[in-house]
Amino acid sequence: MSQRQTKLTQNPLEKIWIPSMSSKLYRRRGSSVPQFTNSPTMIVMVGLPARGKTYISKKLTRYLNWIGVPTKVFNVGQYRRDATQSYKSYEFFRPDNQEAMKIRKACAIAALKDVCAYFMQEQGQVAVFDATNTTIERREVILSFAKENGYKIFFIESLCDDPEIIAENIKQVKLSSPDYAGCDKEEAVADFLKRIECYKVTYISLNDEKDRSLSYIKIFNVGSRYLVNRVQDHIQSRIVYYLMNIHVAPRFIYLTRHGESELNLVGRIGGDSGLSPRGNKFASALGGYIRSQCIRDLKVWTSHMKRTIQTAEGLGVPYEQWKALNEIDAGVCEEMTYEEIQDHYPEEFALRDQNKYRYRYPKGESYEDLVQRLEPVIMELERQENVLVVCHQAVMRCLLAYFLDKSAAELPYLKCPLHTVLKLTPVAYGCKVESIFLNIEAVNTHRDKPVNVDVDREPEEALLTVPDHI
Amino acid sequence: MRDHSPETHDKRLRATVVEATTMSSMEVGMEERPSNTATPRELTQNPLKKIWMPLPCKNGLPEKHISQRKVCMTNCPTLIVTVGLPARGKTYISKKLTRYLNWIGVPTREFNVGQYRRECVKIYKSFEFFRPDNEEGLKIRQQCASAALNDVRQYLADKGGQVAVFDATNTTRERRGTITAFAEQNGFKVFFVESVCEDPEVIAENIVQVKLGSPDYTNCNTEEAMEDFKKRIKCYENSYETLDEVLDRDLSYIKIMDVGRRYLVNQVQDHIQSRIVYYLMNIHITPRSIYLCRHGESDLNVKGCIGGDSGLSPRGKEFANYLGQFIQSQEISDLKVWTSQMKRTIQTAEAVSVPYEQWKALNEIDAGVCEEMMYEEIQQHYPLEFAMRDQDKYRYRYPKGESYEDLVQRLEPVIMELERQENILVVCHQAIMRCLLAYFLDKTAEELPYLKCPLHTVLKLTPVAYGCKVESIYLNVDAVNTHRDRPENVKVSRMAEEALLTVPAHQ
Repeated sequence: MSQRQTKLTQNPLEKIWIPSMSSKLYRRRGSSVPQFTNSPTMIVMVGLPARGKTYISKKLTRYLNWIGVPTKVFNVGQYRRDATQSYKSYEFFRPDNQEAMKIRKACAIAALKDVCAYFMQEQGQVAVFDATNTTIERREVILSFAKENGYKIFFIESLCDDPEIIAENIKQVKLSSPDYAGCDKEEAVADFLKRIECYKVTYISLNDEKDRSLSYIKIFNVGSRYLVNRVQDHIQSRIVYYLMNIHVAPRFIYLTRHGESELNLVGRIGGDSGLSPRGNKFASALGGYIRSQCIRDLKVWTSHMKRTIQTAEGLGVPYEQWKALNEIDAGVCEEMTYEEIQDHYPEEFALRDQNKYRYRYPKGESYEDLVQRLEPVIMELERQENVLVVCHQAVMRCLLAYFLDKSAAELPYLKCPLHTVLKLTPVAYGCKVESIFLNIEAVNTHRDKPVNVDVDREPEEALLTVPDHI
Repeated sequence: MRDHSPETHDKRLRATVVEATTMSSMEVGMEERPSNTATPRELTQNPLKKIWMPLPCKNGLPEKHISQRKVCMTNCPTLIVTVGLPARGKTYISKKLTRYLNWIGVPTREFNVGQYRRECVKIYKSFEFFRPDNEEGLKIRQQCASAALNDVRQYLADKGGQVAVFDATNTTRERRGTITAFAEQNGFKVFFVESVCEDPEVIAENIVQVKLGSPDYTNCNTEEAMEDFKKRIKCYENSYETLDEVLDRDLSYIKIMDVGRRYLVNQVQDHIQSRIVYYLMNIHITPRSIYLCRHGESDLNVKGCIGGDSGLSPRGKEFANYLGQFIQSQEISDLKVWTSQMKRTIQTAEAVSVPYEQWKALNEIDAGVCEEMMYEEIQQHYPLEFAMRDQDKYRYRYPKGESYEDLVQRLEPVIMELERQENILVVCHQAIMRCLLAYFLDKTAEELPYLKCPLHTVLKLTPVAYGCKVESIYLNVDAVNTHRDRPENVKVSRMAEEALLTVPAHQ
């Protein structure tokens, strides 16, 4: 019968209420979303070469890190490249090449050791073990390793027998691999195909009967079919959902902010103002640019705020409004200038500079909150093909960080100037970015991190990096 | 949310807000127009939902959206077709899925062919009706299926439905072929949900939970009913053709095996199918209890103010202690506790002595400019807003704040995780609790904002058969009433007294 009346204090950075004395009940530091993984999870890729394992590994890792689950890829091929002299030919991968076998096994073990270190010493939560793992024996080694250490395991097997997909795959990522630097294209392809044959001999796919106690997803032909077995927990469920929504069809994603707004002009943050005259010009120019791109089936998304909708109106095409794309809520600081924030809330202003990602405005949001609310947008962006997103500075930074794999520290300082369209093209394992300034002047709204972030700093030091405004 | 009133439905369609077709908080913008127009159209903000929409409008309402003028691929209605032997959970899945889709704002209805059969054949005699050689039985069953499909067509084409769940065994390829053809003719997408299960224990439990209580067996004793039903299943077994990886590779479907141990997902076509798959993969049937309650009475509650982030009043603290005792007395195994990030729920949870997790998504509805006001103050400063809220409390968005509709969007991940969990206590807020309760008890958008969720009362929900049993446990600590009923006069022109008639008493 506890009669405790615990006092709560509000953590000044994230505005999270925690018990004043350290309580066993409050497990971990606050954040907008509870965490669900207690044991670390190992994701183990399975599949012949050129089946997209590394593509999936990198993409999944990028997604998990973005939603706040510390994740790292361990690519055994990389270990192999570090361990051996330069790559000579597919003969290294022949199943009867005993010496090479020894090296390859040692590389796998080394990678597993690093997985351990990542979990124990670096607070990692998910490790993606990217290798072919095509034999029962190799998978057994990994399963024992995980069991010994108390890690959960989730297999992702990619199966594909479509020769066109495989050929395209080889072209996109294998030809430019360090293994084939300096090789003639045709030789490289021929060698790689022989490499695949080496694995085929001993390849045993996850078996629905024998492996029925394992947790896994089998992806067939780049997503036309999936087999999902024994999802154990929340994170595995999220992973499955994500994998089922991504595709490899070529497409473009255009990100832009609304045109310059009335409040932008006077250096005020937030609010729901309309476009300035230059902002309107941008809206027209954007229309012209989009038309010149001749994009097939373009979807246009805006937020619920007037300035993005006015911008989209200039395009002359249907658009959809997402509340989730609204600008970060600055709470009590809404519609203030930075000078006013420094004046009224100098401590808040300093805290924000100390940790801009986690800092939550009083009665407002943090970048971390933004990421949570943008997750469904990202999921739908993955499903879509050609999309233009007209949004806001903080929102665009979050979306960009997802596509370009930027860390939480970098995210809030990404440069997203007004009147500039970023055209993203997924390519190989990442994203190509083109920046297109539509040649209409606008204020700068980017405030760099000042040198002095101490709470006791002088106002001038705080305001040093504030961009010019009326 | 399911919305049966024709006028509201109409208003919805005309207001350019195609919520039904796009699941997240997406509203659709304008239609196509000449591409060389230099000036963007003027925008006006809809006073109820605070959505910016372009002028010009006809009759003060924005022009119709493009998707209402032609068949649009992404907005095609969807026909979900269940597949499986009797007692495989098809109706359970149909009803649950329908409830979820309606809650997130996708108008959905289920069509249970067995229901049609019961209406046609007034008295069920025995399993013999289902024998594959019973020609008369077959004829009737075929007619019932056709009648149901007819109603499906009406629902999707004429009544604004977005998803129809066709709940029947559909165990032969031939029957599924007929349905697919029907869908093609009408421009509906088809998604099959097959449930395969060979575990005799699961099937027996299924029969006990939902079959014995069926109208078919009202006059039978348990053993007789069990026997007959098992023979009924046998009638289907011989002709059962499961969805095949090769033969059915062009169909969109999910095959659920052994109550969710394994899934086969084929050719997911679009967003809604992807969401359906995700949902189906997260639900389970393990017995468990969900406890919902609000924070203890807060200082602002006592004053009659809404919102804010105040601490517990003395009575609220008392409640917290009693809650702790109550939870202990329930002896719940592995209880998870969730709170919002507001002080009052956390203070409440602290007394329960179980580790808890804070969700920002569980924060109370943001009342925007009305935060921390009393209803009297809102009437004084924003009489128009106050009236509009009474006119459509579900859709009404506070200026610079949220609506119940917004809440449902932000609570969807919470519901998804609630489905995954087992025993759980959620300490939240009035509007939040109403939304969660509406999900579990299948309440409409009209009912949701007026659900009664008094302070100091725990609701214990236990999933049973096709729904949820609710027990209300008042923990015997007095608290203010915070429930404001809809007043009679909701017109903007009403007098202040009329508006404030239903405001509950406070300090």
